[in-house]
Amino acid sequence: MLLQVKALKKSYDGAEGPVPVLRGIDMSVAAGDTLALTGESGSGKSTLLHLIGGLDSASSGEVLLNGQDICQMNDAGRAEVRRKNVGIVFQQFNLIPSLDVTANIAFQARLAGQYDAKAAGDLADALGLGDHLAKYPEQLSGGQQQRVAIARALAAKPQLILADEPTGNLDEATASEVMAQMLQLVSATGAALIMVTHSPRLADRMGRQLHLRQGVLV
Amino acid sequence: MIATGLSALWSYWRRNPLQLFTLIAGLALAIALWSGVQAVNAEARASYDAAAATLGEGQYDQLLPAAGEDIPQETFIKLRRAGWLVGPVVEGQVGPNGAQIRLVGIDPLTAPGGMGPLGGSGIQLPDFLSSPPVFANAQTADTLDGIIDAEIIIEPTVAPDTAITDVFTAQRLLDAQGRFHRLIMAPEQPVGRPPLARIAPELTRRAAQGGADVGRLTDSFHLNLTAFGLLSFAVGIFIVHGAIGLAFEQRRAMVRTMRALGMPLRSLIILMASELLVLALIGGVIGVCLGYLVAAALLPDVAATLKGLYGAQVSGTLQLRPSWWISGLAISVLGTAVAAIGALLAVARMPLLASARPRAWAIARGSMRRIQMGVSLGLLVTAGVLAYLGEGLIMGFGLLACLLIGAALALPLLLNGALGLASHLARGVTAQWFWADTRQQLSGLSLALMALLLAMAANIGVSTMVSSFRLTFTGFLDQRLASELYVSTESEAQARAFEEFVAPRTSEVLPLLSVDTELAGLPAAVYGARIGATYRENWGLLAQATEVWDKVGAGEALLVNEQLARRADLWVGDMLSISTDTALPIAGVFGDYGNPIGQAIISQTLFATLHPDIRATRFGLRTDDAFALRKTLTQEFGLPSSAITDQAQIKAFSLDVFERTFTVTAALNVLTLSVAGFAIFMSLLTLAGMRVPQLAPAWALGLTRRQLGRLELVRAVVLAVLTAFCALPLGLALAWVLLAVVNVEAFGWRLPMYIFPRDYLMLGMFALGAAVLAAAWPARKLARTPPADLLKVFANER
Repeated sequence: MLLQVKALKKSYDGAEGPVPVLRGIDMSVAAGDTLALTGESGSGKSTLLHLIGGLDSASSGEVLLNGQDICQMNDAGRAEVRRKNVGIVFQQFNLIPSLDVTANIAFQARLAGQYDAKAAGDLADALGLGDHLAKYPEQLSGGQQQRVAIARALAAKPQLILADEPTGNLDEATASEVMAQMLQLVSATGAALIMVTHSPRLADRMGRQLHLRQGVLV
Repeated sequence: MIATGLSALWSYWRRNPLQLFTLIAGLALAIALWSGVQAVNAEARASYDAAAATLGEGQYDQLLPAAGEDIPQETFIKLRRAGWLVGPVVEGQVGPNGAQIRLVGIDPLTAPGGMGPLGGSGIQLPDFLSSPPVFANAQTADTLDGIIDAEIIIEPTVAPDTAITDVFTAQRLLDAQGRFHRLIMAPEQPVGRPPLARIAPELTRRAAQGGADVGRLTDSFHLNLTAFGLLSFAVGIFIVHGAIGLAFEQRRAMVRTMRALGMPLRSLIILMASELLVLALIGGVIGVCLGYLVAAALLPDVAATLKGLYGAQVSGTLQLRPSWWISGLAISVLGTAVAAIGALLAVARMPLLASARPRAWAIARGSMRRIQMGVSLGLLVTAGVLAYLGEGLIMGFGLLACLLIGAALALPLLLNGALGLASHLARGVTAQWFWADTRQQLSGLSLALMALLLAMAANIGVSTMVSSFRLTFTGFLDQRLASELYVSTESEAQARAFEEFVAPRTSEVLPLLSVDTELAGLPAAVYGARIGATYRENWGLLAQATEVWDKVGAGEALLVNEQLARRADLWVGDMLSISTDTALPIAGVFGDYGNPIGQAIISQTLFATLHPDIRATRFGLRTDDAFALRKTLTQEFGLPSSAITDQAQIKAFSLDVFERTFTVTAALNVLTLSVAGFAIFMSLLTLAGMRVPQLAPAWALGLTRRQLGRLELVRAVVLAVLTAFCALPLGLALAWVLLAVVNVEAFGWRLPMYIFPRDYLMLGMFALGAAVLAAAWPARKLARTPPADLLKVFANER
């Protein structure tokens, strides 16, 4: 099993004591799985995604990636897991504004020491970015920026891709197009994909769906 | 990973060259002024050390004759025979008129080791003894060429305006055969030698003083220079702090992304610190090079000042010293570290999932503002306490630091209050938007405005001090240089004949008698004065007893200068010993500006009793017709015209020394203000790029781009005017500290403070001009922002 989440809990400090966000999550994801995480705003979807990606630390429980509990790792350990095993696609794209498209796509792969220029070029072409490689993020449309973010996540050849509302900032047509490209490329690499989304239509395109309500999977 | 991280971090600077330029230029300017001043100080100290090493001053115990006397050669021989390891020194002035070179004769066989050029050069002792040459640096050698009858060898290590030779050659050249001026003692002396009192009771032993006298004497001058360098450095570091703060704020999103993609926080911090280290070194190297130019430009004036003010010889040529390079780079790194530490800590503490939106480059948040207000108040209260209770020069500078930093921190809060009030009072909608928007801009501009406040306050403070000094000094010269003519005679016999000749032709003849000595344990000079109408009518005293001139004239009391009074904690009524068996009450204290050492004035009669061997060879003459008297002295008495100096010449010379003294200060003043102007310019230019989202709504609601540009210009002027208003009281407070605290501690005299409203108005206009100039380009840039850029603000895709 690529990913196993066991009894995962997370709470934040509030004015009147701890505020639970995740109340004990158990789930697992195998290689090549595609999984949609749905739920109301504030149900804990993004928090769960952040904990799986090692972006945040859990209050208790385990997140086992390839059998290793990333909850027990320090910052450097979690950073290593992220750069080598996890690709993240954010809603806000989060490209590095001072790097051009080529450098942005290569960034994580270079960090992980797995950069393959040809493969990255193929990815860019597949996402329709071939004519924009020398441009900077500010010169791209929102859809193009998100394609760059997807290419960046895939170029590092991760085993797991986490996408947090990846089409939330795009119009419907562009969202649909970007989603189709992402699913096709993820499928080609054999990576697992966990995507947070509000859109039932996008969720329907994933292999599995998990619904969160008030911090519990239902 | 390292290379990828570095490349991403550097890409920010590549895309924001203006910020990179601001950072490096700020650093370079800060280091330039600081290292320039340090270079000047280092050069001066090297000259003092060379002089000390050459002459043995301060390093060894010395045997000195009574004031005004020599040591006979026989005394030296007696001491050597008795086992005293002493080396003779002969010294005097040689050289053409106006270029006095100090010629020092030493005996290389008996002088303590390492003295003079023989210790360090390739000169062999037998060569030195067989035909003793004179050693001097190239400049001095040129001056002496053809003037003295001896071979001159160029030796760069010899102190400026100093020449060294064998003791007998020096005796010959100085016409001092058979006499020495002092004896230098070797550090190790044989045990069991007879006491000095038995062999040479007329000699006194002065203990080693651990450094050159002149070095100690000029310490305060160098401390003042250092303080100014530090102030300039602080202003530069404000720019650096602003540039780093802005860059880090704008990179928050990048940092978050890099961490999210797998860059460990620790590696990221190390990379960012390394990046700053490289920038600090680049800025440091440029700064040190610029500092060299600053120092080269300042050094001749500093050398002239030190010579005029302290009699200290300083080489006018700058050398590249490794220590100076290293310290320049070190201070650059240190300054960058200080400027960046807050930003680095913020990155280290920033949670990975924190909002990546820049916090408006802000100190505007409530908690931050409260802390700032607290620190500012604390510093200002500390300054008040130090002014009331503290003592010493370091305390004086501590007081200055607390005052300036406290006031700088208070500035944004004061401006915020003033703009809030203006916003409240504004009627029109444009005016309301303008004031509110200006208030919002304050956080981004506050560092530059603080730099402007410091620079303007320093300017007001220092110019008030210098102008007050100038007024006082001019009055002082009128008082002290009362005689219309000053005459030098060649010998005591000529002096006697001169006095007889001139007495019936003048209203008063004032012999100039003096002897160097120590008073109250401090280096000083005692003057013998013929108390008459000139003293009674012209000399104003800072404090005096009743019938002061009668008492001094009768030899019953003496006068001391202010610096001796303050340093020795003496005042009117206290007793002061002027010889082993003579102590007199102090009847008056006189101002003696520009003189570094203590001075006492006694009557001419008493002086003659105490120092019967010293006769006046120089005189001040009072007359109603200086021109006619001058003619009589040259034509009838046969004095060469070069032996007569008129009052105007001396005043002009003294004022020239004075003006040169403050040339350096004035230059640093202008440089500091320029740095502050640069800070404002760069801040406005940088902010202009971030202003589009704030201006776009105003544009969309009907303000033209031209109007927006004009308002940007008005904003700069308003902020500069408000800052100037704050700078005025701060500058006056600074002037008071300089005059009443630092000056007294550094030089030993206190000056009255005068106010110069016209100068302040001029400075205000200058600052205003600088602000308009600084704002012009950014305003023009904003006025020409393409509508497409403004429209992007409203687009979802921005």
